[in-house]
Amino acid sequence: MRLLLVDDEKEFVATLAERLSLRGIEADWVTSAKDAEKIIKTEHYDLVLLDVKMPQVGGRELKKIIEKKIPGIKTIYLTGHGSEEDYQAGSAEAEYYLMKPININDLIEKINDALGKK
Amino acid sequence: MNKLLKIFNPNFLWGGKQGKGPLYRHMFNYSRLWRSAVMLTALSAILPLLAISWFDYNVTLKAVESETLSRTSRTVSNTKRTISAFMAERQSALDFIVHDNIYAELIDPVRLAVILENLRKAFGGISDIGVIDAGGQQIAYIGPYPLEGKNYRDQDWFREVVERGIYVSEVFLGFRNEPHLVIAISYELPDGSFYILRTSIDTDRLNEQLLSLELGAQGNAFIINKKGVLQTPARYHEKVFEKIAIPVPEYSPKTEVFQYDDPYEGTFILGYAYIPDTPFILMIVKNKNEIMKSWHKTRIEILIFLSIGIFIVMFGVIGFATFFVNNIYIADQRRIKTLHQVEYSNKLASIGRLAAGVAHEINNPLAIINEKSGLIKDIFQLREAYSKDEKLIGLVDAIHASVARCGAITKQLLSFARHMDFSFQPVDLEKILREVIGFLGREAEYRNIKISVNVSDDIPQFESDRGKLQQVFLNLLNNAFAALADGGNLDISAILMKNERIRITIEDNGCGIPEKDMKKIFEPFFSTRTKVGGTGLGLSITYSLIQEIGGTVDVSSTVDVGTRFIITLPLNAKNIKEKDNAITPR
Repeated sequence: MRLLLVDDEKEFVATLAERLSLRGIEADWVTSAKDAEKIIKTEHYDLVLLDVKMPQVGGRELKKIIEKKIPGIKTIYLTGHGSEEDYQAGSAEAEYYLMKPININDLIEKINDALGKK
Repeated sequence: MNKLLKIFNPNFLWGGKQGKGPLYRHMFNYSRLWRSAVMLTALSAILPLLAISWFDYNVTLKAVESETLSRTSRTVSNTKRTISAFMAERQSALDFIVHDNIYAELIDPVRLAVILENLRKAFGGISDIGVIDAGGQQIAYIGPYPLEGKNYRDQDWFREVVERGIYVSEVFLGFRNEPHLVIAISYELPDGSFYILRTSIDTDRLNEQLLSLELGAQGNAFIINKKGVLQTPARYHEKVFEKIAIPVPEYSPKTEVFQYDDPYEGTFILGYAYIPDTPFILMIVKNKNEIMKSWHKTRIEILIFLSIGIFIVMFGVIGFATFFVNNIYIADQRRIKTLHQVEYSNKLASIGRLAAGVAHEINNPLAIINEKSGLIKDIFQLREAYSKDEKLIGLVDAIHASVARCGAITKQLLSFARHMDFSFQPVDLEKILREVIGFLGREAEYRNIKISVNVSDDIPQFESDRGKLQQVFLNLLNNAFAALADGGNLDISAILMKNERIRITIEDNGCGIPEKDMKKIFEPFFSTRTKVGGTGLGLSITYSLIQEIGGTVDVSSTVDVGTRFIITLPLNAKNIKEKDNAITPR
């Protein structure tokens, strides 16, 4: 099980990745869509955790790019703010749509759920 | 009665009674609009009315006047004929006598006495008769005085009768001291000589004729001579042989009528006619005021008609002007209200967006704090030196708890703002109520207000406008909070009714609403809290919002006991909204 975390808040995403790895979940992180595109060329992931609102390319757009590269990949959206449109669309296309701040145990549960759906 | 008063005394005339709120303002000067409307329409209606009345007044006046003049003229003409006939009769009688009798017979006193007797029988009022020869000598005379042998040669009347063949004297008293007149005719004898037959006639008969005229209106008929001296008694005038106060009218062969203004006795209608072959002028005088009495009645009728007309016109004009200006006023008020409502919702939306922005900005650092502290905890738990340190773990947990609390608040804000712009969608009533109460929860705690929410379980999710519902509840709860004293109770309950409607009751035990304000609470700009920043729009907007989502709102209140708002909402507002749109909005 490998995860990719994409969020423009480096402090957040790095810490979250570290905490996940402490719990035995292998997680890489990048802070922009550009870096994410780069990294998925070489690495394989089972699930991506995407921030919906990022500079330049947002999470929803990034999801489409990643899906082309890795079909059937699972997605969980993370957001600090969600418009109604984002919320409805996001929860439809991703496995989960979570609001920051998140509880790590909830997140792990959702990750397991998402992957268990396979 | 109050309604009628309201028609003529609407709010706009005096600037509006509800014009207390800070947002209240006029688009137009309604009282000026009203005044000019009334003035213009009244002028255009009353001027023609006045013109017609004035015209009618004059026409009627002229008609009455000319009718009076012509009636007087007729009376004068008729009387003139009567008097002429009176004279002519007597002249003809004399004429007949001179033709019927030869001169010798006439100068025979016996025969003359018979003739006098016959004349008296036929005409009456004949006092004497005499025959005068060409030399002016009275040859025969029958009468009360010994006038036989008297010579008249040098007298004016003798010369006139010789000249004209006939003479009618003015009225005079003579020896008998009785008013009488003299008629004389001359008769030419075959030998070229002539003689004169002369008789005295009492004027009693003439007077009777004149006095018996039905003149009415203090009318007065009399005869004057050409010097203006009265020949017959006049009813309201000077005595016989006195000169009348009226100047002698000019000679005219016809009957004349004119108006005479007496400086002391007012205006008179004066008719006169010169009686041919006599020195007499017949005069009929009527008091104009008396004659015009019937006209005065007409005049009053015209005035009454005019006044009623003006009253009706003014009533109509004021009624209509008030009605229309009031409608403009009401439309204007509605427009202002709508504008404010738009402003208000815009403001709410902006606040929502702002709150959402703030929440978002806070959520990211919150997430970082969360993860960092989480990591610290993770590290502590992995290191034996710290994992047993309950205090450290406790500290980190406290941070977590605070972060969770902040997160809950921002989520609430976001969820509130998120629904601001959107319309019909499935909503959960209890959730919305809880959300709204969430905003007021802190205040409720401080003020020790107990809020109980009792939403019946059988209420399903239903289609409605979440943002509007939030606004409605927020407004009503805010009002309840303003009315409640510290430690008060606020009960919110909702039940499903049989007709697919939900009934929500919001009840407080606050200060209540006085009865006089009850009718006005849903009116825009009505506020009892203008001094503390109330706009008077809250309930008015609430009312509109509830209507927009197909609901109704009702209120009952008792002062010092509490207020109860009852809202009913349709389970499927979409259908109702479409139906509502088909009808022209109020």
